[in-house]
Amino acid sequence: MLTKRIIPCLDIKDGRTVKGTNFVNLRDAGDPVELGAIYAEQGADELVFLDITATVDNRKTLIDLVRNVARHVNIPFTVGGGISSIEDVSALLNAGADKVSINSSAVRRPELIDELALNFGSQCIIVAIDTRFVEGEHIVHTHGGRKPTELRTIAWAKEVEDRGAGEILLTSMDTDGTKAGFANELTSIISANSSIPIIASGGAGTMEHFYDVFTEGKADAGLAASIFHFKEIDIIDLKTYLKEKGVAIRL
Amino acid sequence: MKTVIIKYNAGNVQSVMYALDRIGVNYLWTDDETEIRSADRVIFPGVGEASTAMSYLREKGLDKVIPSLTQPVLGTCVGMQLMCRHSEENDTTCMGIFDIDVKRFQSSEYKVPHVGWNNIYNFKNGLTEGLNENSFMYFVHSYYAELSPYTVATCDYVQPFSAMLQKDNFYAAQFHTEISGKEGQRIIENFLKV
Repeated sequence: MLTKRIIPCLDIKDGRTVKGTNFVNLRDAGDPVELGAIYAEQGADELVFLDITATVDNRKTLIDLVRNVARHVNIPFTVGGGISSIEDVSALLNAGADKVSINSSAVRRPELIDELALNFGSQCIIVAIDTRFVEGEHIVHTHGGRKPTELRTIAWAKEVEDRGAGEILLTSMDTDGTKAGFANELTSIISANSSIPIIASGGAGTMEHFYDVFTEGKADAGLAASIFHFKEIDIIDLKTYLKEKGVAIRL
Repeated sequence: MKTVIIKYNAGNVQSVMYALDRIGVNYLWTDDETEIRSADRVIFPGVGEASTAMSYLREKGLDKVIPSLTQPVLGTCVGMQLMCRHSEENDTTCMGIFDIDVKRFQSSEYKVPHVGWNNIYNFKNGLTEGLNENSFMYFVHSYYAELSPYTVATCDYVQPFSAMLQKDNFYAAQFHTEISGKEGQRIIENFLKV
């Protein structure tokens, strides 16, 4: 049976993980390669590396990092942050990334999704959507959720699928950082409307939140950052819990 | 031992190369017939669309070279599909090493593509030696090879389909061995030992 995926997200700045981590057995808490390998060992189903710096110098650092991760990690991983052209994607895939995630650049120029899907195949193109509930409507935001756009989230999710996105990474700015649970209602609407997988993000605080997002939210994957980095939730414990509750999980 | 990865217009062979690096195997990435024929092991990877891949193989004459190889050959993902007779993806005539067809998943209930980790079972050859039945592998595909006498591992999505095929020296896996954790790596290692 196809299993639900648990995906730790690592924020990268200048080639290092930021926000810190709580791994006692890490020699260097900032090393994304080592952290990624530990997560893979613990049973993470995929990894997402989000580059939060996007200058030219840092792109080179990022490419070196991707190469290094690909050498050491034997599960699929996605790279996101500041990707806006075929050249960017080509460089990352050639360095060994399995998928890329685009966000603001797709909002700015939606045709980019079509071009990337045509050049590289839908399977490696994730469109990230940051959404916030504003005056009764779900609105797409960019710039880390700070800047509202004209786009309605549900319609945009359908459009990115039609243009060839292979997966959607849906982050609710309303729940992100709250640790009060994922945006299950919106996630379930978008999941029911699409034939591509939905990765839910934002709001994970307990193991039950993952159960809820897979059942009520109908998500195909759940993504989280700090709860894994600070060991508030252990990946093996989480996956064992979900399996015992009857969720299809790889253990 | 000489291992060759067949070079064609399939995307992202880098993870296959890194997987071989992790095992500690040297390889050559080439479309040269002499190099391919003289290899001890041939890996035929694949990410992409079937008809584009087949026209490239025809252009290079590789559509004749690959089926005539006598050493162990391992095709993965689209590589496996191209080793079948025909693919519904843009109505493509493939190499016909396995005389079975590749069809598109049809379902209103299941999402297509099939993306993520799924269990494989009913093992019938040496490539899965050391693996537990129902080991999980990473899949990304919209088309599948039907069950057949060549099926040596099965997976269920919409319906049971061929996760792995074998006929004589030709081996194939629908999933991505190179990013399927330790279990995927074990399959590559087993292939290098057959």
